Amino acid sequence: MTTKAKLGADIALTVIGICFAAPLLWLLLAAVDPQAGYQTKVPLAPSIENFSAVMTPELLFQPLANSFLLSAGTAVVNVLAAVLAAYPLSRYQSRFNKPFMYTVLFGTSLPVTAIMVPVYGLFVQLQFLDSMAATIFFMATTTLPMAIWMTKNFMDSVPLELEEAAWVDGASTMAALRSIVLPLMRQGLGVVFIFVFIQAWGNFFVPFILLLSTDKQPAAVSIFSFFGQHGAIAYGQLAAFSILYSVPVLVLYALVSRGMGNSFALSGAMKG
Amino acid sequence: MRRFLRLLPVVPSVLLLLLFLLAPVAWSFYASFTDAALSGRAAKDPQWVGAENYVRMFSDDSFPLAAWLTVVFVAASAVLGQNVLGLLVALLMTRSRRAMASWVGTAVVAAWVLPEIVAAFAAYAYFNREGTLNQVVGAFGGVGPDWLYSFPLVAIVLANTWRGTAFSMLVYRAALADVPRDIAEAALMDGARGWQRLAFITLPLIRSSIATNLMLITLQTLAVFTLIWVMTAGGPANASTTLPVLAYQEAFKFGDIGYGTAVASVLILLGMVFGAVYVRLLREQRP
Repeated sequence: MTTKAKLGADIALTVIGICFAAPLLWLLLAAVDPQAGYQTKVPLAPSIENFSAVMTPELLFQPLANSFLLSAGTAVVNVLAAVLAAYPLSRYQSRFNKPFMYTVLFGTSLPVTAIMVPVYGLFVQLQFLDSMAATIFFMATTTLPMAIWMTKNFMDSVPLELEEAAWVDGASTMAALRSIVLPLMRQGLGVVFIFVFIQAWGNFFVPFILLLSTDKQPAAVSIFSFFGQHGAIAYGQLAAFSILYSVPVLVLYALVSRGMGNSFALSGAMKG
Repeated sequence: MRRFLRLLPVVPSVLLLLLFLLAPVAWSFYASFTDAALSGRAAKDPQWVGAENYVRMFSDDSFPLAAWLTVVFVAASAVLGQNVLGLLVALLMTRSRRAMASWVGTAVVAAWVLPEIVAAFAAYAYFNREGTLNQVVGAFGGVGPDWLYSFPLVAIVLANTWRGTAFSMLVYRAALADVPRDIAEAALMDGARGWQRLAFITLPLIRSSIATNLMLITLQTLAVFTLIWVMTAGGPANASTTLPVLAYQEAFKFGDIGYGTAVASVLILLGMVFGAVYVRLLREQRP
């Protein structure tokens, strides 16, 4: 590669990088500027005023706790159901495996926003509306196809011989799964858990439709109401709120991508 | 019996998928043939109305417009924007310094990892009349328009490109890392120029990744709701109302669940078509 070509690539990348970072720069600057508007500018008198203004129980902590409950619940349901489903699919040859896996894959492609109108109708009929548990199970189901697909791929890479040794020693199938297979694929399970958690944490539309009372709504929905009520005045507080709400997923993403290479989670999802 | 017992652990997943995925889809198709409503008499006892909702869809102005806007939105922001930009960034990264590649990669991925509502706020502020984009325009001596009001489609297309390019970039980085170096170098010996190598060697080698990526980002973009809802709420006057926004408005703003599910059913069918193509593509790749 010539130096000239390298320089050209560097310049082009810099321009693209600046374009992508620009909208986020506003978020960072406005958060520490009590007089923030929609303009990107260095604050005259930077302070943490905006942060202390939004850090109240009803504005921030309760919604964040709800987000956590919703996301952790969704991730736990996903990992449990996916591990159980992946085990026979990975370990026993059956003529159902292939059709099942392709149906699951097909399920990953359903546009979730399109089914929210019918899901609302279904929730009304079953009287599930405004129920945290039902919302968790629904959210878990929307990511379940992807979770099963990823979990099976991770499980396939655990060699069968170790389990067979445990069977010879008299361990039952489920005991072998728990004591041999799961510990060996804990990294993969971590990826699935975090992957689902991040998706649930950022989900706005599903809780927006299914959870009605304010004390159950996660941060994604409460931040939207805050924006509707104060957004036209308190830009700085909106930015501060956004940052506090985003930090957990940024940390989790960094954790996954640092531990396992940037495209690891993705390749787990896409390759067979 | 033994074989049946072995499949028992799959049951919880199957039940969840049946109750929360298949049932809503089936209910959507059923309700689209009724006059189901949010409130009033039709809420308690919806009547069968045949294909009335579908007939109305094509006589109404809002559905054909929303369908067209959805096609433009998907083509411009996913197929062109995210896909081409993602490939470009991935290609440039193979040629640039490591530190540079990782800095730009972080900026691109940040827009994608953020919760969608936060990304939507940032985009709303950016395209605001007084926002950052118009500051840039002003710095060059121009006067920028009110993007969200005058050019809502342009704003949401650019915002969705910004938000989603990271996915394509990650797919193409992984794909390019698998392209054998010596093939590219042999072509270099033959005197093939940069763009020739790209068109005749690199792109054909990663064509299955391109096809998979196109399917996935099309499906993701078809379902975009929050970004549009926060930035323009579909307006002004339906100028940025794509199909998910239309389904939401008809069902929840106007209370017409029957018509809303009809629009949703069209979207679900579209998703199924793309999903079927996607599954086929993956099957061919894995004999």
